[in-house]
Amino acid sequence: MKIAVLIKQVPGSESPLPLNSTQTWVDEAQVTYTMNPPDNYALEEALLIKEKVGDGEVVLVSLGPERVKKVIREGLAKGADRGIHLEEDSQIETDPLSIARSFASVLQDENFDLILTGLQSDDTGMGQTGVLIGEFLEMTTATLVVETKILNGQIRIKRELESGWFQWVKLPLPSSISIQSGLNTPRYPSLKGIMGAKKKEIRVISASEHQSATRAQAIDQVFVPQTTKKTEVIEGNADTVVARIVEILKYDVKVL
Amino acid sequence: MDILVVLEDNHGSLHRMSKEAVAGAQKMGGTVTALAIGGNAEALAGELSDIDLTEVITVNHRLVSSYNADGYSEVVKQVIESESYLSIVAGHTYQTRDYMPRLSAKRGIPFIPDIISFDADGFVKQVLNAKLNAIVSTSVETFILSFQSAAFSDEDLIPGSCASRPFEVNLDASMVRSETEEPFQEDAGDVDLESAELIISIGRGIEKEENIPMVFELAEALGAEVSASRPVVDSGWIESFRQVGSSGQTVAPKLYFSLGISGAIQHVVGMKGSKNILSINKDPDAPIFEIGDYAVVGDLLEIIPKLIEALQTEKNS
Repeated sequence: MKIAVLIKQVPGSESPLPLNSTQTWVDEAQVTYTMNPPDNYALEEALLIKEKVGDGEVVLVSLGPERVKKVIREGLAKGADRGIHLEEDSQIETDPLSIARSFASVLQDENFDLILTGLQSDDTGMGQTGVLIGEFLEMTTATLVVETKILNGQIRIKRELESGWFQWVKLPLPSSISIQSGLNTPRYPSLKGIMGAKKKEIRVISASEHQSATRAQAIDQVFVPQTTKKTEVIEGNADTVVARIVEILKYDVKVL
Repeated sequence: MDILVVLEDNHGSLHRMSKEAVAGAQKMGGTVTALAIGGNAEALAGELSDIDLTEVITVNHRLVSSYNADGYSEVVKQVIESESYLSIVAGHTYQTRDYMPRLSAKRGIPFIPDIISFDADGFVKQVLNAKLNAIVSTSVETFILSFQSAAFSDEDLIPGSCASRPFEVNLDASMVRSETEEPFQEDAGDVDLESAELIISIGRGIEKEENIPMVFELAEALGAEVSASRPVVDSGWIESFRQVGSSGQTVAPKLYFSLGISGAIQHVVGMKGSKNILSINKDPDAPIFEIGDYAVVGDLLEIIPKLIEALQTEKNS
């Protein structure tokens, strides 16, 4: 079982997010980065599948500037076998079709049985890269997957639908699957894993080798959302706050 | 601009977000046509018969009688190839997320997802966990859009009339590679959050399972139902039927009282229609405060017991 896991490096949930001078994205110099949390679940699922099947390879694939090597190393330390780094000159690529074409051009020669992705990235949240790649490579696709079972030449997956509904779907391999967060408990790297990761291969693909020239969509500007609602901020010690809450419940919302 | 809205079958009736998508498409201007796929296509079309649309195209073929990504993406592709729609619009549902990227890749047209509004500059999308908004533009003429839940309201649907027209698709069994089983529900509880007037909702800020009973005590004192955000459900501290958000329920109570919920977009889409939102969070920058009416910055573990006490005093007075 040869599995590719797409991992993205994104600003951490606690990171400051000051805008850059052109207001086209955040100021990268002031951002602290982390592995996109949904991708961490995809990686764990890949490692579990490899362990269950008994043989195979888990390959991490990441697109971005030099800094993304950090998340590739992190994944290698957790047990992935090797990495592929698609170099990117710009700070952030925001066109899902060209991102997917880059990945597809690199992945097609490797003949993966399975491509796993997180359901969406915590930065741009376009939520489509895995499915786009699947279509480009003529693989079957499924999203929001909460359980996987490898069968002979097939994968049986449980898809999460809305409002507490689920559905089992059987797909022939090769398949590109996007994983719902929370389906497993991602492991931490062991000390042995961290040491071993340094020796594992990271193949670097330069931007000119994978990038296409066309861009169908772009983020032109980012801004801090303006609240239209007037929010009353209540501060103070617990007693003051409780007294105000009771007033609100009684006189404003009128539920007491 | 000619727009095609792809409708969604939600267990036999039209998905709430499909109506919102039609309202959003009408707001974009130009002619709007809808497409209904599957065994219930005629019934779905019927739900829009008093709406101002050019027509509802219906596709009912045994290979797409129920949803599958291979079949649906192929059907929409064939419909847009036979007519000349410039934009394809849908609600940003789980189903849309499952097959619209396939259509995007098949046709090489961009899919701009989860849009909250639009103007002359482009489409507005939340990024970085809703801490920032982005204006997304496209350089091409034909594209796919999906609208976030409640971005538009079905109350704004423009009334009129329209007829339905069956469309013959060309599908063969080799195109549908998946074997799909019947959808099912896991532990459907007897808690009716959707019609609850008062909801107390807990998030990660509750810190540990031992603190959950305190919340139920507060709910009892207030006469409220208890719901939760996904991380609390994933931790196994509370039943999944109590989950509010994109993968749980959508609620609109008179009061939504959130405790330790940061306000990730996946949660907010499920509760932003609430009449009053009161939130307690220790982080003054929590995004939940942005949409709230009342923002309490403080330690909920200290506040809750005192609030229970105050409510009991209030009751007895």
